[in-house]
Amino acid sequence: MADENLEKGSTTEAPEAAPKKKKKSVWKQLAESQVAKSYFRTGIPKTRRSRLLVVLNSLWLHLHPARTRRHAVRLRYTWCMGGLSFFLFMVLTVTGILLMFYYRPTVEYAYMDIVDLREQVPLGIMRELHRWAAHLMVITVWLHMFRVFMTGSYKPPREFNWGVGVILLVLTLLLSFTGYLLPWDQLAIWAVTVGTNMARATPFLGHEGPGASLLQIGGISLVHAGNDVRFALLGGRFVGEATLLRFYVLHCVALPFVVIILMALHFFRIRKDGNISGPV
Amino acid sequence: MKDIINVISDPPILFTLLVIILFTSFKYSEIFWSGKAMIVVGVSSVLFFIVSLFDENFLLIVTKPDNVPIVGLIFLIFFFTWLAMWQAVNNDKRIAAGKPVMEAEIEPNRVIVWPDLVYIELIALTLTLVLLIGWSVLLEAPLEQPANPANSPNPSKAPWYFLGLQELLVYFDPWIAGVLLPGLCVVGLMAIPFIDKNPKGNGYYSFAERKMAISIFIFGWLLLWILLIVIGTFLRGPNWNFFGPYEYWDVHKLEPLVNINLSEIVYIKWFGVGLPNNWFLREIFGIGILLAYFMITPLILTKKYFSDLFLKLGIGRYAIFIALLLLMVSVPIKMYLRWLFNLKYILAIPEIFFNI
Repeated sequence: MADENLEKGSTTEAPEAAPKKKKKSVWKQLAESQVAKSYFRTGIPKTRRSRLLVVLNSLWLHLHPARTRRHAVRLRYTWCMGGLSFFLFMVLTVTGILLMFYYRPTVEYAYMDIVDLREQVPLGIMRELHRWAAHLMVITVWLHMFRVFMTGSYKPPREFNWGVGVILLVLTLLLSFTGYLLPWDQLAIWAVTVGTNMARATPFLGHEGPGASLLQIGGISLVHAGNDVRFALLGGRFVGEATLLRFYVLHCVALPFVVIILMALHFFRIRKDGNISGPV
Repeated sequence: MKDIINVISDPPILFTLLVIILFTSFKYSEIFWSGKAMIVVGVSSVLFFIVSLFDENFLLIVTKPDNVPIVGLIFLIFFFTWLAMWQAVNNDKRIAAGKPVMEAEIEPNRVIVWPDLVYIELIALTLTLVLLIGWSVLLEAPLEQPANPANSPNPSKAPWYFLGLQELLVYFDPWIAGVLLPGLCVVGLMAIPFIDKNPKGNGYYSFAERKMAISIFIFGWLLLWILLIVIGTFLRGPNWNFFGPYEYWDVHKLEPLVNINLSEIVYIKWFGVGLPNNWFLREIFGIGILLAYFMITPLILTKKYFSDLFLKLGIGRYAIFIALLLLMVSVPIKMYLRWLFNLKYILAIPEIFFNI
C-alpha cells in the first residue's frame, strides 16, 4: 500500500513524464502479480509500515511482536538460547521423521536398521544430525533457563511461564532419554536399564521403594516387581521388546505431542506477558 | 604435574576447591568476573585442555562420542556464567553510581522486529546448522555391539544428562538419588518465582540486588548439577570407582568397602555393645539427628540470619523456602559425611527399604 502511495506521489510531481510510460521489468510484473500478492502478501518489506505488516501477517514471524525493546535484540542479553532450542526442536522433528522411514522398533530389526542407516545410505548423516542436535538442545535449554534466571525474568508477571519452561526442560530430558534406547545397542539398553532402575525405588510405587512393603493385605504384597511403576515404564520386568515399543511411541508421538502444545503455550505467554523482559 | 591433577580431581578435593572458588568469586565479584579474568581463565583452560589431549587416557575419555557434548558444555557454561556475571557486575557499578542499568540506557527506543531481530535469528540458526552439519560429518554417532541383556558393560552409565543423579547414587539410596532429589529439583525450580519476592533485578542483569537468590541458584546449578555430571562422566570408571583424568581405567582397581551406618558407629564403636534388635531403638540417634536438622536448624537460621526474610515472605512461603534450602544443602552434607567418616546411612531401616 505504502509503495503505491509513493508511486502516486512521484507521478503528481512530474506529470510531463507520465505519457512516456516506462515498460515494467519482468521482476516487477512478477512481484505485482496476483500469485505473488496472495502468497507473499507484503512483498519485500521496505517501508516502516510494510515491515510491521510482514511480522503481523506471517504465522511464523508472528511469534514475535512487531516491535520490541532495543536491548532485547542484543545477543548479549538473550543469548538467543530459547530461539535456538526451538530451532533445534524443528531440526530434530525433520531428521526424526526421516529416520522413521528406515527404522522398525522391534528387537529383531532395530539394531540392523541402524547399521543399514550407517552402511547403506549414501552420505547418511541423518542419525548424527539427530543425535548431536538432541545433545545440543539439552544444553541450549539449560542455558536458556540460566539466562532467564540471571535476568530475573521469572518474576511477575512471568511466574506461570517459568513453570511451563521447567516442565518443557523435563520433557526435553525425557525425549532425549527415550530416544537413547532406540538404537538397541549395548550403550542404549544399559543406559536405560541404569536410568529406569531408579524407578524401582519410588516410594510406595516401586517394589524396592520405601513403604512399598507396608502395602500388603493378608501377607500378599500389593506392589511387586510385576506391577510397580518400573514395570509400567518398561512393559516388563526388564528392558525388552515391550520397552522398545513403549519408548518408541513415547519418543515419536506422545512426548512431542505434549511438547508442541506446551511450546505453543510458552510462546503465547511470552507475548502476553509483555515480550522479552526488560527494566521497568 | 599429572599426578597432582589426578589427586585434585578426587571428588572431595575438587568439590571443596570449587565451592571455595565460587564463593570467593561472589565476594570479590568485580575481580573474578571481569573481562581480564575471563581471558586469563579462558585461555589457560583451553591451553590446559589442548596439552592434556596428548595424554592417551585423557584423549580416550574426552573423545568418546557421547562425551564430546559435555566437553563443549563445560566451556559453554563457563563462558555464559561469566557473561551473565560480567554484565551483572557492570550493572551493579552503574546502580551504585546512580546511573540507569545498561538495558535501560538504550530505551525507550523500540526497534521493528523485521529486520533487526529476524536477521539476528537467521544468522544464529544458520551458524548452528553449520556447526551441527560439521559436527555430524566429523563425528559418527556411537553404535556399540547389539543389545545383550546377559552382558552388562562395566561401568554401565546412564545418558550423560542423568549422570549427576547416578553420581548421587554413591551417597544416597536410589529412592533419594533417583526419585526424591530430581523431583525436588523440578518442584524447587517451579517454586522460585513464589519464594523470591524481591522485586528488583527483573529484566536486567544484576548481582548486588539479588545476591542470595543468585548465589543459591548458581551453587545448585553449577556444583550440584553440572559438576556432578562432569564427575560422573569423566572421573568415574569401572565399578564406579574414581579415576583421575590421566589415569588408566583399570577394571581391577580395588577400593576398600569400609562404609558403615551411624547406628554401627554409635552402638559398636562407641558403646561397645551389639546392635539392638528393635529397629526403632537401633535408629533412635539417626532419627534424632534428622529431626534436629529439619526442626531445630530452621529455628536457629531464622533467628540468626533470616529474620528479615521471614517477615518479608510470611510463614508459608518461608517454610517452603527453608525446607527446600535444607534439602538442597543436605546433599553436600551427606557427601562430606561419606568422604570424611565413611558414613553409609544416617538412618537405615532396610526392613522397609528406608535408608537415608
